[in-house]
Amino acid sequence: MGTTEERLRAYLAANCLHMPPDEIPLDQPLLSTGLVDSFHLVELAIFIETELGVRIDDTELNSGTFDTLAQLTVLVEQRQS
Amino acid sequence: MSLPAGTLPQVLFDRYRTSPEQTAVVLRLNKGESTLTVRQLVDGALGYAARLRQAGVVPGEVVIALLPPGAELLHAFLGAMFLGAVPSILPFLTEKLDPQRYRESLDSLISVTRPAALIAEPNLADMLRTQLAHAGEVKAMLAGGAPGLQLRPVDTATLEGLRGSPDSLALLQHSSGTTGLQKGVALSHRAILRQLAAYAPALGLTPSDIIVSWLPLYHDMGLIAGFLMPVLTGAKLVLLSPFEWARAPWTLLRAVSEHGGTLAWLPNFAYNFCATRIPDRELNGLDLSSWRAVINCSEPMVAESHRLFASRLRPFGLRETALATCYAMAENVFAVTQGGIDRPVRLDRVDRELLVKEGRAVPAGGADRRTTEVVSAGEPLANCEVLVLSPDGSPLPNRQIGELALRSDCMLTGYFNRPDATASALRDGWYLTGDLGYLAEGEVFITGRKKDLMIVGGKNIYPQDIEYLINQVPGVHPGRVVVFGLFNESMGTEEPAAVVEVDPAARVEANRLGLAIREAVATGSEVTLGPLKLVDERWLVKTSSGKIARGANREKLLSELGREA
Repeated sequence: MGTTEERLRAYLAANCLHMPPDEIPLDQPLLSTGLVDSFHLVELAIFIETELGVRIDDTELNSGTFDTLAQLTVLVEQRQS
Repeated sequence: MSLPAGTLPQVLFDRYRTSPEQTAVVLRLNKGESTLTVRQLVDGALGYAARLRQAGVVPGEVVIALLPPGAELLHAFLGAMFLGAVPSILPFLTEKLDPQRYRESLDSLISVTRPAALIAEPNLADMLRTQLAHAGEVKAMLAGGAPGLQLRPVDTATLEGLRGSPDSLALLQHSSGTTGLQKGVALSHRAILRQLAAYAPALGLTPSDIIVSWLPLYHDMGLIAGFLMPVLTGAKLVLLSPFEWARAPWTLLRAVSEHGGTLAWLPNFAYNFCATRIPDRELNGLDLSSWRAVINCSEPMVAESHRLFASRLRPFGLRETALATCYAMAENVFAVTQGGIDRPVRLDRVDRELLVKEGRAVPAGGADRRTTEVVSAGEPLANCEVLVLSPDGSPLPNRQIGELALRSDCMLTGYFNRPDATASALRDGWYLTGDLGYLAEGEVFITGRKKDLMIVGGKNIYPQDIEYLINQVPGVHPGRVVVFGLFNESMGTEEPAAVVEVDPAARVEANRLGLAIREAVATGSEVTLGPLKLVDERWLVKTSSGKIARGANREKLLSELGREA
């Protein structure tokens, strides 16, 4: 299972960044740099909804809502509580 | 459906006179919907014609539109054409793109194409005016979409686009590319109208058809099938934004359901994307029974992608015969073939080993590992001839694989300002496509590609452009980079893969370097990098002359990944 951050980390590492999960910097911009592209985003939203129980609307899938792993973790945790 | 001869503005202006209040385009943007009647579409275009004329643009000059999807883009494009100028649509600057790389690419385009005007949203226009190296060579940098913009009506009798020759250039269609010289496919009014005259009957197109499209207009499929064809033939167009579709793929299906859409064109990856990335709740209540053709076009077609799409959407009314295929290229305006209209798409099951090793498509029974399914692209349009050529240029018999060559009456006038490229692409009136395939029972089957080109989600990407971007990253050994396409089965498209030699002196930590390389590709191009392998100086395969061999490195990486070539 792991914490929300660990699970997001593992997901992003395997599906978008192809690198060891522990090496993703928390403050690395992901959306504004295109590292996580728009096609990845729909899949990420589905993962978050089915695995973490939090819905992120398609209109929120932009860097104004979250851009880094740290911001995404906060967003998901806020909505979980 | 008969199309008059003349110029595209003449055809549109006839619609304007006879049925001005018909709906031409429904724009579904930002979760809202608005309508453009033929009158509104043309009035906006005439306003742009006046504006461009005032800015000093004269007939025959190139006008580049860098606008996001919306009415303004349609008006600007058509307005340039009414003036007799030659419009071309290119991607606008999005958040993820590096502005410096974007300017480099535009500068390189300007140096070849020599446009008289650029039209962009106000912020981008300001930035280009001050920061583009070639800005001084462009007569006008116009801000599009500025609020309160008042356009004065123009005397249509003075518009060259309504009087000019059908053989004059109508538009340029650019493929993406930064390294080397850009190629703009130059198309005449006559070629475009002949394409539509041949393609409309192959589709059974009528003015009651409703075309739904999210495709970008800087791509031939979006520009012709998803804009000019409906607007000129009187079929209604429901236009979506590619950016919104990528985040919410169900918007396409909703638009089909709500408007009774009948036709759509999609690159292969979109079938996988729609089948696997739409939650059930977004499909509830949809009725797709009006959809008579969903046409797979612009990248290699995969039978499994069709099956995924059909099985996901059948419960929502998708017809069994709706799946269709098309082989198209900008050099022929658009379509070369069309298959699967009102009948199932033909699948050719052939022996895999003979296909790969001997270049022969020999029919084989059974669906096992020794056979492979090739999706038919359909029959050539009535005005197109397709030949399969051997490496020495002689025609090959049916079921033998070679390079596809095309001849038609709707081909490009040439690559704009590139007589060298035009001469090398055309041979005795035949266009050498660079695609590999075979003919069987009158249908065209595409099996591969001769050139280095990658097709990523329907976008043509040259590996050299991606290599150029990676070469700039600190820590990479410049010149020791190789990029090629690898097919990703779950995505239904190719992904760019890279093998990169690390500069040992730079001492950049490997994961940081990996991220920097990915970022350079994402911000410098239209694609995202897939597999990336960082290697030392012993890995890359070189030819005897020391050149990095793309094909051999691709095979080496595939064998390391445990995959077949």
